[in-house]
Amino acid sequence: MGIMDILQIVIPSTLLWAAPLILTALGGIFSERSGVVNIGLEGLMVIGAFTGIVFNLETVSVLGSWTPWVALLVAALVGAIFSLIHAVASISFRADHTVSGVAINLLAVGVTLFLVKLIYDKGQTDIIQKGFSKIDVPFLSDIPIIGPIFFSNTYWTSYVAIIIAIIAWFVVFKTPFGLRLRSTGEHPMAADTMGINVTKMRYIGVIISGALGGLGGAVYAQSISSDFSHATISGQGFMALAAMIFGKWHPLGAMGAAIFFGFAQSLSIIGNSLPFLENVPSLVLLIAPYILTILALTGFIGRADAPKASGTHYIKGSR
Amino acid sequence: MQMSSRMKNILTPIIAVLLGVLVGTIIMIASGYNAITAYQALWNGAFGDIYFIGEVIRQTIPYILAGLAVAFAFKTGLFNIGVEGQLLMGWVAAIWVGVSFDLPKIIHLPLAVLAAGVAGALWAFIPGYLKARFRVHEVIVTIMLNHTALYITNQIIRSVLSDGKERTDMIADSASLRSVFLEGITDYSRMHWGITIAIICAIIMWFILEKTTTGFELRAVGFNEHASQYAGMNVKRNIILSMVISGIFAGLAGAMEGLGTFGYMAVKGGFTGVGFDGIAVALLGGNTAIGVVLAALLFGGLKVGALNMPLEAGVPNELVDIIIALIIIFVASSYIIRWFIDRVSKKGVK
Repeated sequence: MGIMDILQIVIPSTLLWAAPLILTALGGIFSERSGVVNIGLEGLMVIGAFTGIVFNLETVSVLGSWTPWVALLVAALVGAIFSLIHAVASISFRADHTVSGVAINLLAVGVTLFLVKLIYDKGQTDIIQKGFSKIDVPFLSDIPIIGPIFFSNTYWTSYVAIIIAIIAWFVVFKTPFGLRLRSTGEHPMAADTMGINVTKMRYIGVIISGALGGLGGAVYAQSISSDFSHATISGQGFMALAAMIFGKWHPLGAMGAAIFFGFAQSLSIIGNSLPFLENVPSLVLLIAPYILTILALTGFIGRADAPKASGTHYIKGSR
Repeated sequence: MQMSSRMKNILTPIIAVLLGVLVGTIIMIASGYNAITAYQALWNGAFGDIYFIGEVIRQTIPYILAGLAVAFAFKTGLFNIGVEGQLLMGWVAAIWVGVSFDLPKIIHLPLAVLAAGVAGALWAFIPGYLKARFRVHEVIVTIMLNHTALYITNQIIRSVLSDGKERTDMIADSASLRSVFLEGITDYSRMHWGITIAIICAIIMWFILEKTTTGFELRAVGFNEHASQYAGMNVKRNIILSMVISGIFAGLAGAMEGLGTFGYMAVKGGFTGVGFDGIAVALLGGNTAIGVVLAALLFGGLKVGALNMPLEAGVPNELVDIIIALIIIFVASSYIIRWFIDRVSKKGVK
């Protein structure tokens, strides 16, 4: 097996697994940059995956080949609405962000499985007919060497995720909105003094994270799992959280980390077909993202520091 | 009349539970289910029969220990979200000792329980040490270690404790917590001796925190690190110690599942959920030993009773998971509940 063959298997597979992680990790960045810790990313992905699959199953006869794309938008919307629970609890009701996030995860699993049983009278949905499928990008896939590796046998959603990451970087670091968002996460009192509505910015941050988390879940469900059950989302949200930290709360950094984690995930699945990986135990690939995140936090791989005020409540008038 | 803060501490969780049940009822009505039949089914499935009572107590055992683990860490200012991972490590360690030795019960059983405690403690030592030494937030580290523990224990089951199989052998009788007596009086439920261990641990937690100098130091560090440091306490040592003790409780919760309920361990696709429910138990119990025991009993009853809901009322048992999640949100939002209690009790005066 030549190097080209290996790259042609590994890179599309990596991008496929990375797309949901990129989107969800970006969601985490918007929330944490505004000062709200969001452990509930996993739950938001669950909601997105459920919404995407159910919408897809119910409307495929009407929408045809547009179904998965419309389902993405609907999942983002439902994710945003669901994240309001986290926003209200942790911003307005001053609940501990981590506790509220844990509750969001439990609630998402409970609600979606309850609804699956209510709608379909069984523990999991049917398999969708129109998911995202492999494509060759027109023109670009004809470029020699680069074409077959990066633009053949791949998924549109991977490029969408990368483009959204670049947009997110622009929004967070190059616009007045991004500056305000970051200021409420670093020093809410200073932000308030400058006339920024801290509560409003934090709500927006959490709602964007809900939309992106829902998007990530729907991408995962419609390109990888193709149905929804209790095991559809199992740890991807936490891996996205890890990617966010590993990427140091920076959209492009998180994208890089998510691609790397997607690489590790896809290797643990396709690794057996690659000659040089036969001897690496799959356990190492499975736990690599988590161990690397811990090492990144301890400062062995460049120190990762959270936004200063993330996890705190801003109470007007208190010092 | 202003309500005493003690009264408010008791009233807040009760209101949270009621609100959770209320929203659960609304969800059932909106979905076209009969809420009254559903709650009857829930009650019958939890306390309708001596068998079910035995099962409720069986479910309560790991909940008490997981709740104590979370509560102990909370009391000392740490959030141990990694109970799930420490529980898995404890479970696998207990099974390991249970299947590999042939010893008299008086040695074998305590050894297996001890192994579980040590495994949980070691797994919790990592976040404790990293927090004390590198100031790394324990929440992220414990989440990452949960997943790591899941994959590591699966690997141990496949390649060390069996020959590529999906579950281990049954443990030796001499390491089992199962009790013919307790099963007999509860119509052959899976209730086991672990309940005594859970109660003893609750007493130990109360004793350590309230009656010893170490406990005082742990709580002091939780309240104010800098003041504790200034008063001459070893903050780093106390952070690590707190995580380790919390991990012991979590590991023991795993031993209860391994040595009591199941007698083996199977490869897992996802988490057991006991560790996360432990967070709910600890919060609802106000992070006190007695509160944890009562909250564990409530959640044990809800979880076991829920299994009867699809059978008797046709309502999916996930409804109870929804209610539990709502209770956590309401307890966490206690600020608003307290504010509300203040408003109501002030109005009473006028």
